[in-house]
Amino acid sequence: MAIIVKTLTQDEKKQKLAEVLSQHGAEGRQGLIQVLQEAQNIYGYLPLEVQREIAFGLGVSVAEVYGVVSFYSFFSTKPKGEYMISVCLGTACYVKGAQAILEKVETELGIKSGECTDDMKFSINPCRCIGACGLAPVMMINDDVYGRLTADKIPAILAKYKEA
Amino acid sequence: MNMVNLTIDGIKVNVPSSYTILEAARHAGIKIPTLCFLKGVNEVGACRICLVEVVGGRSLVASCVNPVAEGMEVMTNSPRVRATRRSTLELILSDHNKDCLACIRNGNCELQNLCELYAIRENRFQGVRSPSIIDSKSASIIRDSSKCILCGRCVAACQKQEIGVLSFLNRGFNTSVGPAFDISMADAPCIYCGQCIIACPVGALHEREEIELVWAAIHDPEKHVVVQVAPAVRAAIGEEFGLPIGTRSTGKMFAALRRLGFDKVYDTNFGADLTIMEEGTELLNRIKNGGKLPMITSCSPGWIRFAEFYYPDFLDNLSTCKSPHQMEGAIIKTYYAQRKGIDPKNIYVVSVMPCTSKKTEAAREEMINEKTGLRDVDAVLTTRELARMIKQAGIDFVKLPDEGPDMDMMGEYTGAAVIFGATGGVMEAALRTVADILEEDDLPEFEYTTVRGVDQGIKEAEIVVAGLKIRVAVAHSTAAARKLLDAIRAGTVPEYHFIEIMGCSGGCVCGGGQPQVSASDLMDIDLRTLRAQALYEEDSLMTKRKSHKNADVEALYKNFLGEPNGHLSHELLHTHYRAREIYPDSVLDE
Ligand code: SF4
Ligand code: SF4
Ligand code: SF4
Ligand code: FES
Ligand code: FES
Repeated sequence: MAIIVKTLTQDEKKQKLAEVLSQHGAEGRQGLIQVLQEAQNIYGYLPLEVQREIAFGLGVSVAEVYGVVSFYSFFSTKPKGEYMISVCLGTACYVKGAQAILEKVETELGIKSGECTDDMKFSINPCRCIGACGLAPVMMINDDVYGRLTADKIPAILAKYKEA
Repeated sequence: MNMVNLTIDGIKVNVPSSYTILEAARHAGIKIPTLCFLKGVNEVGACRICLVEVVGGRSLVASCVNPVAEGMEVMTNSPRVRATRRSTLELILSDHNKDCLACIRNGNCELQNLCELYAIRENRFQGVRSPSIIDSKSASIIRDSSKCILCGRCVAACQKQEIGVLSFLNRGFNTSVGPAFDISMADAPCIYCGQCIIACPVGALHEREEIELVWAAIHDPEKHVVVQVAPAVRAAIGEEFGLPIGTRSTGKMFAALRRLGFDKVYDTNFGADLTIMEEGTELLNRIKNGGKLPMITSCSPGWIRFAEFYYPDFLDNLSTCKSPHQMEGAIIKTYYAQRKGIDPKNIYVVSVMPCTSKKTEAAREEMINEKTGLRDVDAVLTTRELARMIKQAGIDFVKLPDEGPDMDMMGEYTGAAVIFGATGGVMEAALRTVADILEEDDLPEFEYTTVRGVDQGIKEAEIVVAGLKIRVAVAHSTAAARKLLDAIRAGTVPEYHFIEIMGCSGGCVCGGGQPQVSASDLMDIDLRTLRAQALYEEDSLMTKRKSHKNADVEALYKNFLGEPNGHLSHELLHTHYRAREIYPDSVLDE
């Protein structure tokens, strides 16, 4: 996903979305979830303008599209960075101080959870238990898992990705 | 019809197999409470307040969506049902702003009524409440999320209009109902028809009240306050005072307006007769001079906004006539002001309307007199607001004598104007006048019943007058308008000359400013037909039933305007429209 985000220009993304819409346009409401997924693959998230285009393209109301987008946590209306940082806020991690980890990541990057850095490099998303409770507190950066975290370990971890 | 036998609370009933348990129970004289159910609009079984126990079934079922079956044994008031309904209600209340005393629906709220019914005496579940959002940006509609019970009736009503401004948003505890992207209704492509308000069982959606502005004007000695009242109001205001639906309250309504202290009491029907003179002339001119056809009526500001947002390619088809109350306001502040020697700056025009969209219409810049900078109409009250004012003033509406409007200058009106309030009425009124003009006669046959009624969303007729074939169509509700306009675009319908479109189903009698009737009462009646009957009755009782017979309108042309569609008419009585972008970037970027 991240790769597509980097390589397509805005015009190319528009073009791709138009293709998806012409392919599914006749399906109307039935095609909505499918089209939203494909659009999110193209853009990395679902900007409001894109939701509007999808509504027009499928002949459903913009309110309905947004209703679906805001219902499924799978869809995101905020841009995602090249590196998605998921800080686990599941029970085990929470008990072991996940909140402090999240706050440290936020201050290090200067963004809030749910947001993306201006250079599109990092975004932060809190998540539920990722099944590594033994390592709590845990966070993931894309597919890399970091366990037994303390706040002071965060800058060094982030530095690796900042240079990458 | 396939019939089935079942028992409900021990009562044997025999009903069509298509009935729901809720309908069958009504048939047996048992009222099952409902909240999310709204017949023909929202039948989704979401709120679970209508649960009943079916003997032999494992779980309770929602009676509003479950059909009857042969031999079924239903219990609507078993201990289990009672306990479950109570907890359902208490759970709804746990995330509800229970400020009934300050709520616009106090005394007329379906949720409040249920709490009374189930004797809710304490707040059993107390916890975190959803954030309260009050959207008061528009001139017509206010949304207060803290009152919303997420029944979905407004969402369905707006979808039924085929507009779809509202939707369920987010999920779980954060679920809310509102426009896309949580923007204001004022920034959404909402036409302010108010059908969502009519559908809402509670106080979460309501009109922007202008009552205090009007009281202030009435009590301001400087102001000469002129009130005008639309035809549809008389067909429904009685409901607010316990009179049966369909009661014609014309006489009491005028008596009440006079007692409220307005300086002058007029009927918007005068403006409606004037509209027919202008619009009829415009139609004949367009037909004769090869103007843009079909010409489409422009009385319904909900429809106008709909065209501006969704069918801008039809804007040239719209009649340039302002809506009747705007015409009347414009005439009050010029002709009336001059004759009475009153400075128009000191005249305050109040329109009582069945409509929430008229509030926004009256504030449009096109409705401001270019020379004086004054609005044609200063305040718009809905029928509901007028009823509140009457109650505030302590007037016993039901005991009022019958009175009429003030009969000087602009008091007269005809039966043709009265029927403006029902779908097909404007068309029929126009045909009555156009036919007489073309035939140069006073035709004895002037009831065009094919354009009346609500059985179809779109009605068509073809009439031949003076050798001229006139094809007309009538559409009520924006959903029907959409269907008709799409067909015209596709070329699948004949070429019409004249089309009447009203934004609301049934026309103004069921506008968004009319009294709210509970979902329970709506189960057995067609509100549109009952209210329309009151208007057709009034029409049939009038001696003058054609707009061009209105002597006050005639005098207005003779003494002031000159002729229909003349120079002064264009300045005061006609307007123009503009295409509006839906969800423009400027709104999304905010
Ligand atoms: S919506 Fe009904 S129950 Fe809620 S505060 Fe208003 S009147 Fe009371
Ligand atoms: S006023 Fe009409 S268009 Fe606007 S949200 Fe309500 S039902 Fe929809
Ligand atoms: S605003 Fe009213 S009609 Fe709409 S979901 Fe809320 S309570 Fe129901
Ligand atoms: S709670 Fe964090 S991994 Fe299970
Ligand atoms: S589920 Fe039947 S009224 Fe809501």
